[in-house]
Amino acid sequence: MNKTIADLQIGEKGIIAQVCFNDIPLKLLEMGCMPGKEVELVQIAPLKDPLYIIVNGSHLAIRKEIAALIKIEVATKKNLCEEIKS
Amino acid sequence: MRRDKVINVALVGNPNTGKTSLFNQLTGLNQKVGNYPGVTVDKKQGKCKLSESVTANIIDLPGTYSINPNTIDESIVLETLINTKSADYPDVIIVVADVVNIKRNLLLFSQIKDLEIPTILAVNMADEMTKKGISIDIDLLQKELKSDVVLISARKNKGIKDLKGSILNPKIAKHTALSDFSKRMDIDFFNGIEADFKKHSLYKAWLYITQLNDMSFLTEEEQLHIEKYRKDEKKLAKLQHKETVLRYQQINAILKKTYVVDATKATTLRAKLDRVLTHKVFGYVIFASILMLIFQAVFDLASVPMDFIDKTFASLGEYAKANLPEGKLFDLITDGIIPGIGGIIIFIPQIVILFLLVAILEETGYMSRVVFLMDKIMRRFGMSGKSVVPLISGTACAIPAIMAARNISGFKARLITILVTPFTTCSARIPVYAIIIALIIPEERFLGFSLQGLTLMLLYLLGFLSAITSAYLLHKLLKVKSKSYFIIEMPNYKLPSLKNIGYTILEKTKAFVFEAGKIILAISIILWFLATNGPKQTFQKANEIVEKEIKRNKKPHTETERNTEIAKYKLEHSYLGIMGKTIEPMIKPLGYDWKIGIALISSFAAREVFVGTLATIYNVENPDDEASIKDRMRAEIRPTGGKRFDFPTGMSLLIFYAFAMQCMGTLAVVKRETNSWKWPIYQLISMTLLAYIAAFITYQVLS
Ligand SMILES: Nc1nc2c(ncn2[C@@H]2O[C@H](COP(=O)(O)OP(=O)(O)O)[C@@H](O)[C@H]2O)c(=O)[nH]1
Repeated sequence: MNKTIADLQIGEKGIIAQVCFNDIPLKLLEMGCMPGKEVELVQIAPLKDPLYIIVNGSHLAIRKEIAALIKIEVATKKNLCEEIKS
Repeated sequence: MRRDKVINVALVGNPNTGKTSLFNQLTGLNQKVGNYPGVTVDKKQGKCKLSESVTANIIDLPGTYSINPNTIDESIVLETLINTKSADYPDVIIVVADVVNIKRNLLLFSQIKDLEIPTILAVNMADEMTKKGISIDIDLLQKELKSDVVLISARKNKGIKDLKGSILNPKIAKHTALSDFSKRMDIDFFNGIEADFKKHSLYKAWLYITQLNDMSFLTEEEQLHIEKYRKDEKKLAKLQHKETVLRYQQINAILKKTYVVDATKATTLRAKLDRVLTHKVFGYVIFASILMLIFQAVFDLASVPMDFIDKTFASLGEYAKANLPEGKLFDLITDGIIPGIGGIIIFIPQIVILFLLVAILEETGYMSRVVFLMDKIMRRFGMSGKSVVPLISGTACAIPAIMAARNISGFKARLITILVTPFTTCSARIPVYAIIIALIIPEERFLGFSLQGLTLMLLYLLGFLSAITSAYLLHKLLKVKSKSYFIIEMPNYKLPSLKNIGYTILEKTKAFVFEAGKIILAISIILWFLATNGPKQTFQKANEIVEKEIKRNKKPHTETERNTEIAKYKLEHSYLGIMGKTIEPMIKPLGYDWKIGIALISSFAAREVFVGTLATIYNVENPDDEASIKDRMRAEIRPTGGKRFDFPTGMSLLIFYAFAMQCMGTLAVVKRETNSWKWPIYQLISMTLLAYIAAFITYQVLS
């Protein structure tokens, strides 16, 4: 159940479930990577890293280590990160 | 409005939104590039006439995704917009947004708007709206954003008039903030801030607390408050995240009412191109071919204009000699200044071609794909995918390349990139390489490639490999801890705009010619002085001594032979000659004589001086000869017979210049960028040592 962006297959989509502010740079959030948004894995770089994703209309490349911190749900139920919702 | 009023207009926007294009449209050739005080970030400014009586001073700020900076470049944006006392403090801000990515662009807009400076939203790339199926309710958007919104196309020069009109007479843009995020997060906390910073708006106070480095314009009391709030880092980080989420919520709500995209019109070209260009095989093949193409172009295409320039300066020297009155000044002009200037002008064709190709790669959006492809590899060497841009730009000139390393987040990756970039083959090495390659490599073709071009390519490869190897060593040796984030945008593919590329080339070439030119010219003059002056006992008695010598040897001699003998003697006993002779024992094992030694010494300032120095030396020695520098070098003979610039010596020189850190400009930039003398000194010592050892081995093995 603890799937992250790093676990997606090419072409697969998911909904971002949790973004915990301790681990994730603010910049990622500012680029549109937020809870509740759909994320699609477009391409994986030849050496398996970085990942090329589309999220919230932005085309971004991020490293696997960060992608692995962003939990997703393949279903559409929203489950915001506690700290952010409060 | 008063007569001749000048207002400051700041251009802000995400990277790749067409900010540069808009800046070029607004200011035309009326622009200048300066530096921000204290840092070396380029500051582009230009004038734009808005009406009979009002002129705008347009300031192009570095591209950024948010007002919260991650890199040095981005922090300039915050500092310019927040410090009311700075000379650049804007009267109006234009936020440039890409119509396709408007949501993310509006995040920056909403932050900027909260600074309570009149802000105009320029929605760029309006020409793409129909194709992408986008429609916008501008009137409603203006109302919602409490700002003027203008649709423009910087590329097609559309809507620029409306934009100017809005700057002059904003319909809505007022000093009002957009969001009230603070009250929705933690009322008590923010009320506290408001009470501590009575003289400032709440949002600004919030930015001081979370972002500001230079607080000199705040009172001591306010600075203490900031210290207090900064203690709870976690809380600040949490609030910042929440702020961003709230801003996006507000933006989403606004866009829902005003912005419609017809999803069926989505194009798939980008996806297809991405699939090929970032493919695990084709991606690299394409990248390698592009690099190869660049190097062939730099060498092959540039050779014609370069030969032309070389010859022109040779005959210009002749002409000056025939037509100017004799004397000290005459010598200075013909033997110092003309060859010196020739030595600068001659790089222009190669630099233009290189800048042209690099600019095309950047403009089309391809460079980001390269960053994506290379990140993992570069990380093994302690760098980041973004280091590719400095390393490629380094092939033009290390100075702008090292500055381009600024948008690498993470101190260690950035430092390593800065330290190894001078290994890449910059254009200042090209004249040295070019002339030596022309002397030692035959002008033949192999599989359709010119052998000389291939040699040049190998040298580029060598430069790149040494950059990579030393990066790896530094990665293992440097004990610097730093967090680094790698988040890059993959922009949409675009046809490059000729105008933008033209401006880029013009700007960079100008900078090179004037910056490098100053040094080269100054050195040419100093060299000329050192070459034409010397100690009393020997240099100034040259005529007598040579006469005596000739008499003693009883060699028959003509008038010209005698003059040549005198000139040779003088050069050898000039200050310059003495310097060269002093280091001769050290460089002999590399295959060089004292004349090359002089060129080595002088090219410590800048590599390209090498060729100019040899030109000056051979000119002083043989002033009546109108041959070009290449012919003179070819004719240079060793005391033992045989060509001076034979294969082993030539190779040894090539290798020496591949490694040596011979550029004062680069050292100065490294000092500024790393904020310490430690790194440039380290660079100078280690690279020079490496160059010496490698050249030594090369010569000893080949000869
Ligand atoms: N279609 C279209 N492309 C544009 C327009 N303005 C700029 N571009 C292109 O967008 C790309 C980025 O532009 P640039 O001015 O370098 O953006 P900057 O990074 O924000 O300075 C370039 O390829 C431009 O040619 C426009 O109005 N329409």
